[in-house]
Amino acid sequence: MATIHDVMPAFELFQPTSIDDAVSLLQRHRRSVWALAGGLDTFDWLKDRNKRPSVVIDLSGIEALRGIKALPDGGVEIGATTTLTEIANNQTIREKFKLLADAAALVASPQIRNQGTLGGNISQDTRCWYYRSGWTCYRAGGNICYADTPTSINREHALFDANRCVAVNPSDTAPALIALDAQMVVRNADGERVVSAEEFFIGPAIDITRMTVMHPGDLLTSIRIPATWAGAKFYFEKVRDRQVWDFPLVNVATAVKVSGGNIQQARVVVNAVAAHPMRLTAVENAIAGKAQNEETATMAGELAVQGAQPLAHNAYKIPLMRNLVKRALRAEATS
Amino acid sequence: MSWLVQTGFNPWNETILTHAQWNLVYAALAFGVLFMVGHTLYVALWPKPKGGHTAPVNPDAAARVPARVPRHSFAARAFHWIMAASMLTLLVTSFAPILGWQFDWVQIHYLAGIALTISIIYHIIHASFWLDFWSIWLNKEDVNEAITRFKRALGGNEPAPRKSAKYPWDNKMYHTAIVLAALAAVPTGLFMMLRVRNPFFNRNPYLFTDATWGAMYVLHGLAGIGLVGLTIAHIYFAIRPEKLWITKGMVFGDISREEFLQHHDPQRWVVGAPPKA
Repeated sequence: MATIHDVMPAFELFQPTSIDDAVSLLQRHRRSVWALAGGLDTFDWLKDRNKRPSVVIDLSGIEALRGIKALPDGGVEIGATTTLTEIANNQTIREKFKLLADAAALVASPQIRNQGTLGGNISQDTRCWYYRSGWTCYRAGGNICYADTPTSINREHALFDANRCVAVNPSDTAPALIALDAQMVVRNADGERVVSAEEFFIGPAIDITRMTVMHPGDLLTSIRIPATWAGAKFYFEKVRDRQVWDFPLVNVATAVKVSGGNIQQARVVVNAVAAHPMRLTAVENAIAGKAQNEETATMAGELAVQGAQPLAHNAYKIPLMRNLVKRALRAEATS
Repeated sequence: MSWLVQTGFNPWNETILTHAQWNLVYAALAFGVLFMVGHTLYVALWPKPKGGHTAPVNPDAAARVPARVPRHSFAARAFHWIMAASMLTLLVTSFAPILGWQFDWVQIHYLAGIALTISIIYHIIHASFWLDFWSIWLNKEDVNEAITRFKRALGGNEPAPRKSAKYPWDNKMYHTAIVLAALAAVPTGLFMMLRVRNPFFNRNPYLFTDATWGAMYVLHGLAGIGLVGLTIAHIYFAIRPEKLWITKGMVFGDISREEFLQHHDPQRWVVGAPPKA
């Protein structure tokens, strides 16, 4: 049960200055460790006493986790603790991968973007308040979803892939990274592995207690964006209850390559409708080769929401998602 | 009790049961392995009882045993193998994710559970009306035989027990253990389907109180963990060389006269033509 206090329970704090040291610490304390980046998701959990790690590893002193580097293939590599403000303002990202810059610029508020990191934004836990209140729901290791009952307050919850748990992924940058075919670089004691952004996020069917493939002992070190979609036509839109400092009710990220008025190739990703960002491959396949016009966009919107299963209070998300996908794919769509 | 169950909190800040303690899965696996090793060593190294394990059979009764003796009907074998497939599926889909192999298991799990439930209902009806219902249940004679065998294994001079009827006492014990585990796992599993979306029942997570649901989840989990050990033991005996004749009987349906006379007493399991008056 949530018990909000001004101070956090005691924990042992480590402040490594290298990735190797951080990985070693994560491995050594893997039974009860918390990796701290910007702290914006972390401190809620710790102050509410709903997560009680005995060890916290502050990643802010690791220079190698910060910054934006150009890759030889024309892509970029972004350190996991690079702030959202840096990403939103970075010239290379704005020129080549504006989709990510736009998504980062719409996260929360300016103060939060100054402190929040890209790694933190994509790794953050769900905002389901039943879960975050500390009750032992499925996601917290229990045997019930308090949000999936006829009387639940589930206006913000899932339309798709609800498997016992109906929480949604709240990230704005995650769908943009999937649309850009980004790759997540993860380090642990066994070495480094690279996971595609699409496979980085998992739903409750696979693991009901986690939102990403990261296991205890893993450290997200950087995000690589290949040149594949550089300069494509991008669109990012986020609908939220208030125009600042809020999580998405639904957001959409699209990358489209157009030639002669026809869609050659597209990536369409929607978030906040499932526990993982949803790449809409059926939509992508359906619009490939078609003229980019109102008719195609309407068809894409209709196709996008097929299979949606609304809960008691979130049916509004179906037309919202349908129209967001439609708007994202119209000829005049621009971020 | 934290070694046995997991607990959590509900919105009223009450402590509730949530699951069995999943570390017990490792204990069940360890038990299964230790049992196999222990039994293998026992068979290989422990001194055999004087005069053999069992008493000789009546020669007149033995003469009436045909060359092939039907042991399991097709219906009984079909049940056994369907149940085995669904049980293995249930165990893999429940415990593999806990042991680290993560996949979308819930739907496969409840479909296998439904297959198991249907096969058990079929088995109960079949055994009640078409088979000798009581032949599989432990009786006083089995208990006495088990005690005698135990004493003889420790070097006692008790007379050798008779060979078994259709089902030896250890088969009956195993069947009893499986029945108890299934009684715990199957009804709880069916009710637990009300907590997940499925095409058969409407979800109703509030059918029971948190305490009842918690007890149900714990019982289901503990029964499942018990079934891990029971299944290991069952597969172990099915592939032991001296037990292969039973496994073959479960595949092909019959056993040879020699196998029959080596393991069964024709006066306790009467087969073939009855003696003429």
